[in-house]
Amino acid sequence: MLQQIEGSKAVAETIAACMPDVVCAYPISPQTHIVEALDELTRLGKIGNCQFVNVESEFSAMSVAIGASATGARTYTATASQGLLFMVEPVYNASGLGLPIVMTVANRAIGSPINIWNDQSDSMSQRDSGWIQLYAQDNQSAADLHILAFRLAEELSLPVMVCMDGFILTHAMEEIDVAEKELVTKYLPKFTPRQVLDPVDPVSIGAMVGPEAFTEVKYLGHFKQLKALEIIPELSSEFEEVFGRPAAGPDNYKGLVTKYHLEDAEVVLVALGSVLGTIKDAVDNHRKNGVKVGAMGITSFRPFPLDEVRKSLKHAQKIVVVERAFAPGIGGIVSSNIRTALSGIDIKINTVVAGLGGRPITLKSISELVDRALYGTLPDFSFMDLDVELVERELERNLLTRRSGPMAENLLKDLGTR
Amino acid sequence: MSTPLKFYQVGSFAVGNRLLGDEQLSVQSRSDRTNSLTSGHRACQGCGEALGARYVMDAAMAATDGKVIAVNATGCLEVFSTPYPETSWRLPWMHSLFGNAAPVATGVAFALKAQGRSDIRVVAQGGDGGTVDIGFGPLSGMFERNDDVLYVCYDNEAYMNTGVQRSGATPPAARTNTTHAVGENPGASFTQGKNLPKIAMAHGIPYVATASVSDLHDLEEKVTKAMSMHGARYLHVLVPCPLGWGTKSEETIKLARLATESGLFPIYEAENGVITETKKIRKQVPVDEYLQIQKRFAHLFGPKGNPEIVKAIQAIADRNIAEYELLGERQ
Ligand SMILES: Cc1ncc(C[n+]2csc(CCOP(=O)(O)OP(=O)(O)O)c2C)c(N)n1
Ligand code: SF4
Ligand SMILES: [Mg+2]
Repeated sequence: MLQQIEGSKAVAETIAACMPDVVCAYPISPQTHIVEALDELTRLGKIGNCQFVNVESEFSAMSVAIGASATGARTYTATASQGLLFMVEPVYNASGLGLPIVMTVANRAIGSPINIWNDQSDSMSQRDSGWIQLYAQDNQSAADLHILAFRLAEELSLPVMVCMDGFILTHAMEEIDVAEKELVTKYLPKFTPRQVLDPVDPVSIGAMVGPEAFTEVKYLGHFKQLKALEIIPELSSEFEEVFGRPAAGPDNYKGLVTKYHLEDAEVVLVALGSVLGTIKDAVDNHRKNGVKVGAMGITSFRPFPLDEVRKSLKHAQKIVVVERAFAPGIGGIVSSNIRTALSGIDIKINTVVAGLGGRPITLKSISELVDRALYGTLPDFSFMDLDVELVERELERNLLTRRSGPMAENLLKDLGTR
Repeated sequence: MSTPLKFYQVGSFAVGNRLLGDEQLSVQSRSDRTNSLTSGHRACQGCGEALGARYVMDAAMAATDGKVIAVNATGCLEVFSTPYPETSWRLPWMHSLFGNAAPVATGVAFALKAQGRSDIRVVAQGGDGGTVDIGFGPLSGMFERNDDVLYVCYDNEAYMNTGVQRSGATPPAARTNTTHAVGENPGASFTQGKNLPKIAMAHGIPYVATASVSDLHDLEEKVTKAMSMHGARYLHVLVPCPLGWGTKSEETIKLARLATESGLFPIYEAENGVITETKKIRKQVPVDEYLQIQKRFAHLFGPKGNPEIVKAIQAIADRNIAEYELLGERQ
């Protein structure tokens, strides 16, 4: 049923419809509204016999999830930013063990400097953790992807992260069709674990594995990710049949990527998450002026759909990857994946880091990006709307005196006193 | 906790024999014991931890009609028991990480609750490092929430699995590989220490007990009692480690007994934060007797020894004896 609802609330109600057995969480902005709502739904008995566990840290949140999942419980948690980093050790453990936990990451910057606003450096830091990562572009897909996530996780015995931009999505009110429980039940069968701690059939889980089999265990984790590339399209079309809309949003292609005016596009902007909304507006504007621009969104970043990306982009002349995180010391993260997909094809790829720590990504800036790409004036790697003068003044201070003081505070002082 | 038959001839209350009536027969001496941690594992000879874990798990299994799920922290116990395909565990067992045995067990407990499986019980276990150091925060969280888990700490007073380094449970003056017996203050420093049973009691949880491999019947009884209760329960077991302590394999039990009889390791039970029973020492043994037979304290004795430090350790023992009222006949 369509309702005007906050993104977090829509996610929480969707999770409730998935009937988890255990929800464990530790609060961190901008994830809080999701778990607050789930506490209430649990207490009101809306999620059957679901147990809501208030833990004392994210490390314990993921650890509780591991124990619960290994005992055959459908398990959910949510986090962001510092919280995701605080649980990194069990995050890797969960995927290594092959436990189908579903976790929302309400994308937020990582400190220092501490910053509560949105970018994607948190989930990007876990891209090689062995978890599947799905990125939502809007709140309808943020909610819907969780249903698909449980199905996928349980089918493969692999954990899934659903990444949604903090505040921009989590705190936005929109008209959402929150999936009806009856339909979810139809789509998401009862969880039948592959491995379970059970006195009737005792197994040891998490034993020491030496060189004789470690590579093979890791290979199987990779294999399952590749298998997901086959399964996601199936689950995606089944989702569309049951719910009457694609889980990944309107421009969905196989649940792996989204395509917007790609057919004849000469310039293609590539991105993950909510920024695609602004990008699509820019595409529309340029199209009105006869410029052949298109946009590709990546829904499944892990596994990375090399084939779909290659097929979608190989006819483009210029590609601009708009990234909400980067790899200091080298540059783009998503771009290097795109390059892998396009290896052997000679297409210019520019990387633009945008919207770090909540800096707004404006339609104007995106439109300029397209122009500069067309004129060939875009550097290989750049930061959108970087305050170059502010940076230069700090570098100057560094030259003037050895004890120039704390960098971030210098910048704020500079801004506040000029 | 009463054992009417006393076995003075061995100077202990250790009972593993067939003379007792069925009521008092230890779990381990029963033919139907579960052998939860079965033979063939790779612990060192005389490993106190292997012995303790076997008694704990078999007692827990006996108390629950064989329905226990065990969660294990990283450490010697996990490593020596699991290289596949030779897992020694004959119950459902899981290892996740070094510092998360408590919250993983919490997850198991809540999953069981969600599934309505109140018949299956959860036991978490870890070494002193996994318990008093890296897993301390999560363990405290588990206590505070009163999750339905029995947590057992096997205290061998150092990080043994990584090759004997100091932990928060390493006693003063002990030599480890990160507290070398050289320099002005050889061995571990005299700190406040971290008394986890006391900290557990401060959480007001239903049951806290200390135990030792020198009194296995007592250990079994405490596990049995703990399994009859619900909520967060904590059991701290002293388990000498021949490798880390530099002791003879055949002296593990003797060492454990001397630790208690000197007053260094008080044995007691507490319910809801209040001590309910203390194991009395019939004759206090000077700490020298305990320390002298361990290579980790060798620098305290002999011509280059340090009687002042031994005195300071004796003072700790005396303080324990006064605080826990350890002297006297067992009731
Ligand atoms: C996060 C992390 N840090 C360090 C280690 C290395 N490590 C593994 S076992 C261990 C020591 C275990 O000591 P303890 O808990 O006392 O158990 P014991 O081996 O003495 O029985 C250490 C330091 C690890 N596995 N994980
Ligand atoms: S090092 Fe110590 S604790 Fe570890 S197996 Fe050997 S005796 Fe046991
Ligand atoms: Mg230890």
